[in-house]
Amino acid sequence: MKDSTNSDNAGGGMKHLAAKESAVTRFMRATEIDARLLGMIGALVLIWIGFHVYGEVVNGFGAFLTPRNLWNLSVQTASIGIMATGMVFVIVTRHIDLSVGSMLGFCAMVMAITQVWVLPQWLGLGHPMIWIIAVIVGIITGALIGSLHGWLIAYRGIPAFIVTLGGLLAWRGMAFLLARGETISPVDATFALLGGGPFGAIGAFWSWVIGLAACLGVIAIILTGRSQRRRFRFPLRPVWAEWLLGGVGCGLILGFVALVNSYPWPRGIVQQFAKAEGIEIPEGGLFISHGFAIPVLIMIVVGILMTFLANRTRFGRYVFAIGGNPEAAELAGINTRWVTLKIFALLGALCGLSAAVASARLNSATNALGTLDELYVIAAAVIGGTSLSGGIGTIYGAILGALVMQSLQTGMVLIGFDAAVQQVVVGCVLVIAVWLDTVYRKRAQ
Amino acid sequence: MAKSVRKKPAAQSRTDSVPLVELRDMSIAFGGIKAVDHATVDLYPGEVMGLLGHNGAGKSTLIKILSGAYKRDTGRIFINGEEVHIANPRDAKAHGIETIYQTLALADNVDAAANLYLGRELLTSWGTLDDAAMEAEARKVMGRLNPNFQRFKDPVKSLSGGQRQSVAIARAILFNARILIMDEPTAALGPQETAQVGELIRQLKADGIGIFLIEHDIHNVFDLCDRICVMKNGQVVGSASLKDVTKDEVLGMIIAGKCPEGAIAGPGAANI
Repeated sequence: MKDSTNSDNAGGGMKHLAAKESAVTRFMRATEIDARLLGMIGALVLIWIGFHVYGEVVNGFGAFLTPRNLWNLSVQTASIGIMATGMVFVIVTRHIDLSVGSMLGFCAMVMAITQVWVLPQWLGLGHPMIWIIAVIVGIITGALIGSLHGWLIAYRGIPAFIVTLGGLLAWRGMAFLLARGETISPVDATFALLGGGPFGAIGAFWSWVIGLAACLGVIAIILTGRSQRRRFRFPLRPVWAEWLLGGVGCGLILGFVALVNSYPWPRGIVQQFAKAEGIEIPEGGLFISHGFAIPVLIMIVVGILMTFLANRTRFGRYVFAIGGNPEAAELAGINTRWVTLKIFALLGALCGLSAAVASARLNSATNALGTLDELYVIAAAVIGGTSLSGGIGTIYGAILGALVMQSLQTGMVLIGFDAAVQQVVVGCVLVIAVWLDTVYRKRAQ
Repeated sequence: MAKSVRKKPAAQSRTDSVPLVELRDMSIAFGGIKAVDHATVDLYPGEVMGLLGHNGAGKSTLIKILSGAYKRDTGRIFINGEEVHIANPRDAKAHGIETIYQTLALADNVDAAANLYLGRELLTSWGTLDDAAMEAEARKVMGRLNPNFQRFKDPVKSLSGGQRQSVAIARAILFNARILIMDEPTAALGPQETAQVGELIRQLKADGIGIFLIEHDIHNVFDLCDRICVMKNGQVVGSASLKDVTKDEVLGMIIAGKCPEGAIAGPGAANI
């Protein structure tokens, strides 16, 4: 986020201005890269390499840094990542939402009932509109629940902790009551694609198309940023820094595309597919790439939209202003209650979307879906640098935080840790991450 | 902004013109404490009205009613002779009332430009925030107030007291206010910056803006104000044109609640 970059510059840059700057400081200032972002990526790389090497040494097989595992990791991150982007706004405004897991469970049940019990009667089984209507119903359900929470918090003055703690229990119970505890399965076939899997991925060709489009987007952002700064005669980044940022950005995107494309469909599915399509399987097997999984694309789109909302719109500006000083925001004429309600409604809608991803992935909905997700979502946002005292947080940080949490879990499963040990590790990592962040922030000031 | 477009007011004579603002019979109580007790104050265009009194006399509370931060229990507010309803800060701003709070009321985690435009952001034709335009305007207005100020990218948390003060002042004058409320605007400032604020007040006055000024330094009061209103224990002791009273008499009003001959006595005047 802009804010933390600024404080780095204030703390690091200004002081060294007179003295001779170190190469690192100069580099950071020229590229305007957030030190916290670098730190998180560094931690992530450490975790990944650590698990891989551990597997290599202890189990004789490093399973972590394989296309298959990384692809699955990206899919598993999606559900938590989507909700974590919304949680950032809630925590930035000094609130909390403990009910996201239960909202997810409730929305998933509503969607499952809509597409399995209700819509087939009206439209016929497998109608192409079913999945669209189901997703919209789920998102609206989430938004309504979120609005109710937001209204109780903003207009009735009940602390968010209490409202959403009540919601945590109430919506889990409601999810049970909706179908008397039944598991609804299977979901609509098209709907199931939202959860990923070989068919829920877009294949090699479209992955390259999206990757190249994203590269063009990165270049366009750099160019427009430069022309904007020139128009208002603000200081420009040095040209080499622009090239570096563009190069690294495009390199990461294309690397990600290459990674998801190097994970082939499993042999069984290829055989099924070949039989259905009447294709001869050549000697040595048929290599069909997964490409980007649909839930991952959903998460990326949500991340981009939420970043846009946070940085480029009034709503986002108000969210951060309220977080920085609620009284000042009110005195500046911001309708803080209305903004608060909208923040919770937005998180609710994201829970609805996340419920679609989660239930599609399981191809079923149960009333227990999303249990304990609230803790992972909050942990993802907080590990991603969102400050519980308000005013500071980034969307990309939350998504990275979700990736860190999921990497830890996956990694420990791969190297064969007990569930009990996993819990201990995740708990410790959360506390240590926040402690490191606090230390970093004190020094930056 | 379009400062030069603003009309210069005609020469005023206090008796026959309509006051710009009239706060009539304002009361507000917190729990059992009457913070403001049936206070009446008025303000004319192009005038600086000093609100004086001890800490806790009710000055800040009174002006917070006008700026929409507090809801009054009784009383009516007139602007240009017409009664208006101010229930929140948005209403006050819609009537051209801008406030510089004693606490500055800045969002500490965003930069100066974002604070200047908080609640009234400039938008591009796409409906997104026009940060570049806001920063450009911020550079202009800050250049007038505090020419040395360069830290436009830093969150205001990291600015000095004086710099924060100039951000708060810049925010109030950026939107062509008709009525300006300044609650101890020079409290955090050094001598040079205080002089700049004084110069600014004179300039705004010449533009026909009415200013309520809360100020403790009696020299600043005599330097900047046209009239004063003294409050004690939530009540108005009296109001006076500064031509008609001496510094000692004003101090007597503040300390003892004694209303001198040159002043118009209010309900809070001591019976001596």
